[in-house]
Amino acid sequence: MATPSVVRPRSRPRISGLAWRRARWGYLFIAPWIVGFLAFTAIPIIASFVFTFSNINLEQAEPLQFVGLRNYQTLVSDQRTWDSLAVTLKFGLLALPIGVGLPFLVALLLHSRHLRAPGPFRILFFLPYVVPFVAGVFIWQGMLNADTGWLNGLLKFIGISHPPDWLQDPVWIYPGLVIMGIWGIGAGMIVYLAGLKGIPTDLYEAARIDGAGALQSLRHITIPMMSPVIFYTIVLGSVEVLQYFLVPLVLKNGTGEPGGSTNFFNLYLYQNFFTFQNMSYGATLAWLLFAITLGLTLLLFRSARYWVYYAGEAR
Amino acid sequence: MAQAPAAQLEDTAGVGWFRRSRVRAAESRQPRERGDRTRSFLLTLIAILAVAAFLSPMLRSVVYAVKSTDQITQAGTPLWPADPVTFQYQGKELPLLIVPLPDGTTRRLALFEPGRKVSTFIDPAAPDAAAITWQGSWRTLEQIWQFAPHWENFAKVWDLIDYPRLLFNTLAIAVISTIGTLLSCTLVAYGFARFRFPGRTLLFTLLIATIFLPTAVTIIPTYTVFQKLGWVGTWLPLLVPTFFANAYDVFLMRQYFMTIPTEMDEAAAIDGAGPFRTLISVILPQAWPVVIAVAIFHLVYAWNDFFGPLIYLSSNPDIQTIALGLQRFNGIHYRDPGLIQAGTLMTLIIPVIAFLLTQRFFTRGIVITGVEK
Repeated sequence: MATPSVVRPRSRPRISGLAWRRARWGYLFIAPWIVGFLAFTAIPIIASFVFTFSNINLEQAEPLQFVGLRNYQTLVSDQRTWDSLAVTLKFGLLALPIGVGLPFLVALLLHSRHLRAPGPFRILFFLPYVVPFVAGVFIWQGMLNADTGWLNGLLKFIGISHPPDWLQDPVWIYPGLVIMGIWGIGAGMIVYLAGLKGIPTDLYEAARIDGAGALQSLRHITIPMMSPVIFYTIVLGSVEVLQYFLVPLVLKNGTGEPGGSTNFFNLYLYQNFFTFQNMSYGATLAWLLFAITLGLTLLLFRSARYWVYYAGEAR
Repeated sequence: MAQAPAAQLEDTAGVGWFRRSRVRAAESRQPRERGDRTRSFLLTLIAILAVAAFLSPMLRSVVYAVKSTDQITQAGTPLWPADPVTFQYQGKELPLLIVPLPDGTTRRLALFEPGRKVSTFIDPAAPDAAAITWQGSWRTLEQIWQFAPHWENFAKVWDLIDYPRLLFNTLAIAVISTIGTLLSCTLVAYGFARFRFPGRTLLFTLLIATIFLPTAVTIIPTYTVFQKLGWVGTWLPLLVPTFFANAYDVFLMRQYFMTIPTEMDEAAAIDGAGPFRTLISVILPQAWPVVIAVAIFHLVYAWNDFFGPLIYLSSNPDIQTIALGLQRFNGIHYRDPGLIQAGTLMTLIIPVIAFLLTQRFFTRGIVITGVEK
């Protein structure tokens, strides 16, 4: 028991000279990331946190100084911040379920053993994912045009005489943006396909022998077995939704039209930084976003234990 | 913003297409029941309809790109690109209309004198005969169109947008940043995959955590520093960070490296090869599918990136990328949807072709990554 190594204050067993040499190589190889992490992530995070307590801006009309909690006081009383958060929330409540559910449905379709030639379908459903997003915005802008768009053309054809003006109406803009977003289902679809492929087929066979129909199999086998993948898609999806603003930025030139309905939180944040050049308030908003993202992610991870099923933890 | 890399991470989560297609081939050899066939037909039909609806905006874009401005601005024109059919009369181009005549016949006549209540027409079959007078508003008559794609929209955009320059800029940025990504991510992924060192798990967790970090938290100080360095308005902010690895590609490559057996590493070590030499001559030759996958993903990502070029290159049109150029073009020519759609197609054609050509390649690369759930 009383070997010298146990007496050493470190609980970690002493590693040999050879292992140390290997470890040094390891550090050397990951050094580019360490440097990059410090330069482009760690130090900027700390810096932006410090910014929130200062009055730093690009013009710097008043002398640079610490202002305590002034930026946070501004934040609390800034109606535009809360309005823009509400916009992001409204959009997110619509976009997230569709962003999580639609790729799942497509993956189920593509995974079905009854589907002929799944390969070409998979390629075609993924294809718009590689379309540059600006190009996608302009394509959909035409597609959703109230007069010349094909969607309203179809709606009129089936008898809806006054289809919505998707991109000019402060209420219909949200479904409009969500429709534009369906071209991004490619990634989620592939993750789901991978997950579906990983479900052991004997589960389905057992269910069939027990007399379960397709819907029962879906509900009691597919969805529980897929819950880790669904969970993963929800987490990444909510992080993305909270940062959403580029599509309305291109579509509406950052004006927030129609009627402020596209004043997304991130748009307001970047306006504070790039347009008003107020770095400290921009940083305060960024930290608010960070806090919300972190809180939501933790909440989701908390909830995971109640509904996410991990088959055989030890893999 | 983080769309393209997200695919990279997600793809690694183990795509089973390759193996699945083989399983499917084995299944299809078994005799099928009649009910199976009906179901198969219905499901495939649904998939065809879904994919047609899904890609229909692309078709609309193609159609608009080859329509004339006249056709787009005029109401009641065909869905397909078309020009009005005309008839040459006394040195003028007269449009042909379908005219129902009082005697019950319908004839194709050239509109000579349009009027709100009375119009006169020329019969193209007998141009020398007297003009036909017709009562009623000519606007209610149906015009005759012929299929006529206007390819010149593409040529116009090519010049207006300075396409060759944008193409060069985009390609240069994409290639250099891909080289940076490949170099740095290979080294870092090798470090995480093959070496044990104190803090490895923590560092790897930290690496993955950066995926969830909102860009806004780091961009303000980073942008400010780039500006102080005089890098804003140059390519440097887009290129330099790629040489310091990123979470998605490191994760992808590490997963792949870990599937390569270590026996050959050990054999190489016994032969006196150092860690670096092992990477070059043992790991990389076996890892080329993931190297190609990362290269393609990053090329497409860099090609499609909008936010980076927007904040760093906006001040200087000469160094902009095609995504940014298209947005600028839209700001000027938004009244001309034909030109916008032509420009849009010219922006997306290269990544789409690159994807279609390499599709097989990278699916295979990713499939072998095989992160079994």
